[in-house]
Amino acid sequence: MPSTFFKPQPNRQPAQGQKHALEPALQPWVEKYRPKTIDDISAQEHTVAVLRKTLSSTNLPHMLFYGPPGTGKTSTILALARQLFGPDNFKNRVLELNASDERGISIIREKVKTFARQTPRAQVVASDGKTYPCPPYKIIVLDEADSMTQDAQGALRRIMETHARITRFCLVCNYVTRIIEPLASRCSKFRFTPLDSVSTTSRLEYIAREEKVDVDADVLNALIRTSGGDLRRAITYLQSASRLSTSTNPPVPITAEEIQEIAGVIPDSVVEDFARTLGVEITGGMEVDRAPGGRSFEKIQKHVKQLMRDGYSGTQILAQLHDLITLNHLLTARQKSLSSLAFAEADKALCDGADEELWILEVALRISKAIASEES
Amino acid sequence: MSLWVDQYRPRTLDELHYHPNLSLRLKSLAASGDFPHMLFYGPSGAGKKTRIMCTLRALFGAGTEKLKIDQRVFLSPSNRKIEVNIVQSNYHLEITPSETGNYDRVVIQEVLKEIAQTQQVDLSAKQRFKVVIINEADSLSRDAQAALRRTMEKYMSNLRIILCANSTSRLIAPIKSRCLLIRVAAPSGEEMQECMKHVAKRVNFPLPTEVAQKIIDDSEGNLRKAILCLEALKTQSPDLSGDLTIAKPDWETYCHKVADMIIQEQTPARVMDVRAKFYELLTHCIPPGIILKTVAERVVERVDETLKPEIMHWAAIYDVRLRIGSKKIYHLEAWVVKVMSLYKRFICGMDLSDFD
Ligand SMILES: Nc1ncnc2c1ncn2[C@@H]1O[C@H](COP(=O)(O)OP(=O)(O)OP(=O)(O)O)[C@@H](O)[C@H]1O
Ligand SMILES: [Mg+2]
Repeated sequence: MPSTFFKPQPNRQPAQGQKHALEPALQPWVEKYRPKTIDDISAQEHTVAVLRKTLSSTNLPHMLFYGPPGTGKTSTILALARQLFGPDNFKNRVLELNASDERGISIIREKVKTFARQTPRAQVVASDGKTYPCPPYKIIVLDEADSMTQDAQGALRRIMETHARITRFCLVCNYVTRIIEPLASRCSKFRFTPLDSVSTTSRLEYIAREEKVDVDADVLNALIRTSGGDLRRAITYLQSASRLSTSTNPPVPITAEEIQEIAGVIPDSVVEDFARTLGVEITGGMEVDRAPGGRSFEKIQKHVKQLMRDGYSGTQILAQLHDLITLNHLLTARQKSLSSLAFAEADKALCDGADEELWILEVALRISKAIASEES
Repeated sequence: MSLWVDQYRPRTLDELHYHPNLSLRLKSLAASGDFPHMLFYGPSGAGKKTRIMCTLRALFGAGTEKLKIDQRVFLSPSNRKIEVNIVQSNYHLEITPSETGNYDRVVIQEVLKEIAQTQQVDLSAKQRFKVVIINEADSLSRDAQAALRRTMEKYMSNLRIILCANSTSRLIAPIKSRCLLIRVAAPSGEEMQECMKHVAKRVNFPLPTEVAQKIIDDSEGNLRKAILCLEALKTQSPDLSGDLTIAKPDWETYCHKVADMIIQEQTPARVMDVRAKFYELLTHCIPPGIILKTVAERVVERVDETLKPEIMHWAAIYDVRLRIGSKKIYHLEAWVVKVMSLYKRFICGMDLSDFD
């Protein structure tokens, strides 16, 4: 049933290049500051060094990029391809398939076949006046390759071999263990590591300068802590914080607390309160709640319910409570071990889709038991 | 006539009652052209959806309220027809993955692609992108989540996604990395008071504070439940006086009955009775996880302090098994047997110590 909503625009391709249609000022910063060349890639020095060589030798192996989200995998391969082929040839030399495309074996085979069939032609000077190496092969990027089925991966092996002369594959994924060994062994592997704080800082400072927002060291620290080496997250947080700070008149400076709030970090006081309910002594805390019966079942259950009502995510509670417990000097090794066991089981349970409230309660009860068991 | 919950639902960010800072943040995001993908999370009835709709209105204007429902047919990879109802306005569209059965990936992928390839038909639209709201995002299959990843980046120029979920724990890291996370906490008691008083004022009747408090105590931070309840009470007893009893939903009463049965008697025969009750609940589509939790919480209310942690411990354990396993009834029943044996041992132990 046709509706006005889905009126296709035949001459508008959803593929690469369309992002230029947007005014840069209105672009989310993650896209606006996506590295244009591989030299813009922060950190990942080793990868960049190796790839820079391939730019001059123009010989490319099959490649496998892996690493956590937001560390530059997709950006790197897109930048590399753009530098190899230039803007004009990018479209007909690079095929990007990702998990959102239909990726049955037969589809891949067909697409790759038709794509690889047209022999690449060398070219002279690109429309932007620069010359590009434009080596005589095509690049097929399989982004998010870890969500491909085993069968599809197996079939890909053959496809890679059949078309080896004129195609290079680049597999991109988060979890390298989900790529079958025969496929992985055909590729040069590049590991993308979470960004270190120095690289994150310099990239964020660069963006802040370009966008004319003020960030102080506290804010940068908060961004680094909350993003855990995921630059995309750090950039998104920075942008939202700056939106918020410029929305008032006069603009207020961005604060570290605001970054934490945006990042979904639970305020320390909330986690500490919870820990106290479980019988953990917090050093430096104002009052230590040691009232007898102070951590009865009911009290703990009520506290857990309150946390759930406040909407804190289960995994976030676990993560922060875990840090608090393992770093607490007043707990014994045994108490910490028992708690850690509970954390581990709960993490698995939540991954399996278990009820958050039941499992936070379970962890809470076990911690409080571990603590009580060694008290005189 | 629509229900009060719908009729008096705030329509703009300015009308929202609680979490003023959050409303302010949404307003400033909507006012800037570079609106990000977003993930709203929080307990049910906390007002996530209302906030999302208000944000949309701030983005596009009142046109987002002109909704129509389209029935669309998608083809699964095995050429099966999947029929899905899609709610949409000129500016946005909503999908609920659970309505698409096992094919959420196909449906989402098709919908997003179509939208990505279309432009805003309305040339006077305030934004160049359209918004796709994905309800119950935490029930998206892994496949569907994986399919969203690159799509969210590639089609960013004409598409924004707003995910709505109870919790972020079930979403994969790459998705969270692509969204701005917005936590919507349930309103506090006072905030709920305020909202209910507001509704009462618009309907034009006085709402005694004690009545409001009673409803609040019963609704566990779920504002939708509270307002529904208020309307029910008002129809029941127009002057809101006398002994107002808030009716619990049938399934809840039923679960409580099950809990009572477990405590009364611990025998194989009783296990059979309980099983019959479980079947009844399951056939009425009460999710097994909810059944387990409701029964467990009721049992715990009625047993000795020392037993409570253990009963909840086993509830947690069987809750996971229930999610992984395929025969829900086995795990529910196993938990019941476990609790019965714990309870019985406890009672016997007590008896013995009494003899000492
Ligand atoms: N090493 C980096 N140097 C510069 N910018 C980066 C880097 N890593 C990430 N970014 C920024 O984060 C955004 C997302 O990066 P990218 O798409 O390359 O991540 P990814 O590793 O492919 O993540 P995912 O595994 O989630 O697909 C980029 O647009 C860019 O703004
Ligand atoms: Mg990527």
